[in-house]
Amino acid sequence: MPVNILMPALSPTMEEGNLAKWLVKEGDTVSAGDVIAEIETDKATMEVEAVDEGVVAKIMVAEGSQGVKVNAVIAVLAEEGEDASSISAPIADTTASAAPVATPTPVEAVPAPVVAVPAQPIVVETLSDPDIPAGTPMVSMTVREALNSAMAEEMRRDGDVFIMGEEVAEYQGAYKITQNLLDEFGAKRVIDTPITEHGFAGIGVGAAMAGLRPIIEFMTFNFAMQAIDQIINSAAKTLYMSGGQMGAPIVFRGPNGAASRVGAQHSQCYAAWYSHIPGLKVVMPYSATDAKGLLKAAIRDPNPVIFLENEMLYGQSFDVPDIDDLILPIGKARVHKTGKDCTIVSFSIGMTYAIKAAEELAKEGIDCEIIDLRTIRPLDMDTVIASVKKTGRLVTVEEGYPQNSVGDHIAAQVVQLAFDYLDAPVVTVCGKDVPMPYAANLEKLALPNANDVIAAVKSVTYR
Amino acid sequence: MAVQKASKKPTKASRLKQTPTKSDSNFKMVAPKPSNFSEEQEFKAYRDMLDIRRFEEKAGQLYGMGVIGGFCHLYIGQEAVVTGMQTALKEGDQVITAYRDHGHMLACGMDAKGVMAELTGREGGYSRGKGGSMHMFSKEKNFYGGHGIVGAQVSLGTGLGFANWYRDNDNVSLAYFGDGASNQGQVYECFNMASLWKLPVIFIIENNRYAMGTAVSRASALTDFSQRGASFNIPGMQVDGMDVRAVAAAAEAAVAYCRDGNGPIILEMQTYRYRGHSMSDPAKYRTKDEVQKMRAESDPIEQVKQRLLESGLADEDKLKAIDKEVRAIVAEAADFAQTSPEPAEAELYTDILK
Repeated sequence: MPVNILMPALSPTMEEGNLAKWLVKEGDTVSAGDVIAEIETDKATMEVEAVDEGVVAKIMVAEGSQGVKVNAVIAVLAEEGEDASSISAPIADTTASAAPVATPTPVEAVPAPVVAVPAQPIVVETLSDPDIPAGTPMVSMTVREALNSAMAEEMRRDGDVFIMGEEVAEYQGAYKITQNLLDEFGAKRVIDTPITEHGFAGIGVGAAMAGLRPIIEFMTFNFAMQAIDQIINSAAKTLYMSGGQMGAPIVFRGPNGAASRVGAQHSQCYAAWYSHIPGLKVVMPYSATDAKGLLKAAIRDPNPVIFLENEMLYGQSFDVPDIDDLILPIGKARVHKTGKDCTIVSFSIGMTYAIKAAEELAKEGIDCEIIDLRTIRPLDMDTVIASVKKTGRLVTVEEGYPQNSVGDHIAAQVVQLAFDYLDAPVVTVCGKDVPMPYAANLEKLALPNANDVIAAVKSVTYR
Repeated sequence: MAVQKASKKPTKASRLKQTPTKSDSNFKMVAPKPSNFSEEQEFKAYRDMLDIRRFEEKAGQLYGMGVIGGFCHLYIGQEAVVTGMQTALKEGDQVITAYRDHGHMLACGMDAKGVMAELTGREGGYSRGKGGSMHMFSKEKNFYGGHGIVGAQVSLGTGLGFANWYRDNDNVSLAYFGDGASNQGQVYECFNMASLWKLPVIFIIENNRYAMGTAVSRASALTDFSQRGASFNIPGMQVDGMDVRAVAAAAEAAVAYCRDGNGPIILEMQTYRYRGHSMSDPAKYRTKDEVQKMRAESDPIEQVKQRLLESGLADEDKLKAIDKEVRAIVAEAADFAQTSPEPAEAELYTDILK
């Protein structure tokens, strides 16, 4: 019986990939373990090996095809004794579907909204950033490319800027954020470290105290818990303890929060943790524009900056201003969309839930204002308060745990600063109060989603 | 393994200048024999160590009076270590240590008034009263603190060495830590990276025999701290940390080794603190006799004093005059530290971010 060869999932977050190259052609005999193709993902180019032996009967996806979905049939293999030439289409059976389904992601995993979906989605207009001049030409760029170019530009500009971390150099970055930096800047400025977060974070802080401008990449912020003493006790406090004589101009960056089904120890949001600490700045971009403009600002900042990225956003494309030196202000929220009925405050991947919810709510006539905090510390409460004074209602959205969340702090501030303007209690949408489970259904339950936001907005608007 | 390695290439020990060597292992160096100090060196060492001793005695006194608060860790007994190390440094070399730091600051040339005023938490202190005994810094004197988390300064000091390597200058960084910190994990992470990248860092382990109240033998599986770098290809030597000449000789050899681009080196300074871990430590974990014996037989200042007297370079009167001079400076510092105003309330919110 012929066997379908499917587009493999090569990482926890992969939904699609490019079929870079076929290493076999129709009619070739392959054995299990033979490399048959090269698949390019947003992280790496991987070789695909045959699992079964047989004759390549039909190549279904041509070399060079882009955006091939995971589980799509890419070729059909005829087993021994079968007539390969008679096979021209993938076979339909229960184990290998001819209509492949993409790996679920949190964004797509949002259950069907409670409201009826009209045929034509309403386009929710996104405001332009007042810090970007009107009429600036835009170019499409992924968050990954934005982060990469931000570092490359700053390293070109300042010889004291260097990057250090696990797999940042020869491997080109575990998530490809540092791709090509080694080639351009050499091994002295793009430094692979041993797996010793505590040590290299401390070395980075020491180098910063001596006046260099280190960028420390954590493969994920989960690993930075090993280094949190150096981040807090050394980086954040030295300026104060030295009476302003000595500080640490350093950026700690890397993916933060849940990726997709990587379990409890790799799925945690540190926004609230670091935002607790005086002496740190905490930046958490959603869009590629903010990723680029704020990372460049972080590298130039004379203070320690925690730059929390999100793996799920790395591959997402945004329009980014095509200007030479894109610097955005740290500590300033961005009104993503204006609205009159309810304020939704979010940041990083939480913005995807907020935007999706606002789109759905618009169909029911609920007009939400969305604020993307971008920076968690210093927190731009002025923008939040101004919005709450207008809408009288507030929902916060984040993936972190509920107790002492960023939303909790915002709610407390709003109660203190704009109590008389509130028409309803503040609702905080957070991740559930549990370690992240592995099972797909449980993980989906643990993470907030657009429906949670919709329900929260309805509760505060009494709808 | 060690033997095979030795047959292939010269050991680090043999590459070290002025080191007669021979070793139990590849990484064991024999400390260079101390050479006699010149008259000038003897007097300078005497004076510098006395500065620290008298300063610390005064700090202890002020603590007892309630003028100094919080934690206060005195360096009395260990003066030869930092005094001897400092003799080998040149402009731009960096020093970093933990919280028993007053001696290091004075040895780096920081002003006694500013240090004492920091101990009393006053505006005239190096950190304008916001750091305290454990947290002082001087960019000008290349002193990088003053750190309260045991072992953290080792990573930071390695980072200072990294900066020298990155800038391709020939400065070295001195990272001081104790026998207690020697058991912290990040120390070994940094040994590894410092050796891997050949960073110019001298790891100075001030083995004063007690990590707070825990004797070395109760906390350390390997009590020869000079060998703590063996897994990372870092050579080390044990030095008589009570003899300032021995420290100076080791410092000269280690600094030369490091400046030459050979990577890090470990100096285990065998020393002793006379006072408790901090002011609130009754030191019941050791006998009074033990302390008395060290004071009587190995005191670093007394050793120089005896040499000065025996050689005829100084008489009691001359030494008394030096002591008087030192006491005057310390008295002035103590006076300044008590008259300097407390920091303005507005200081609470300054220096959090640049």
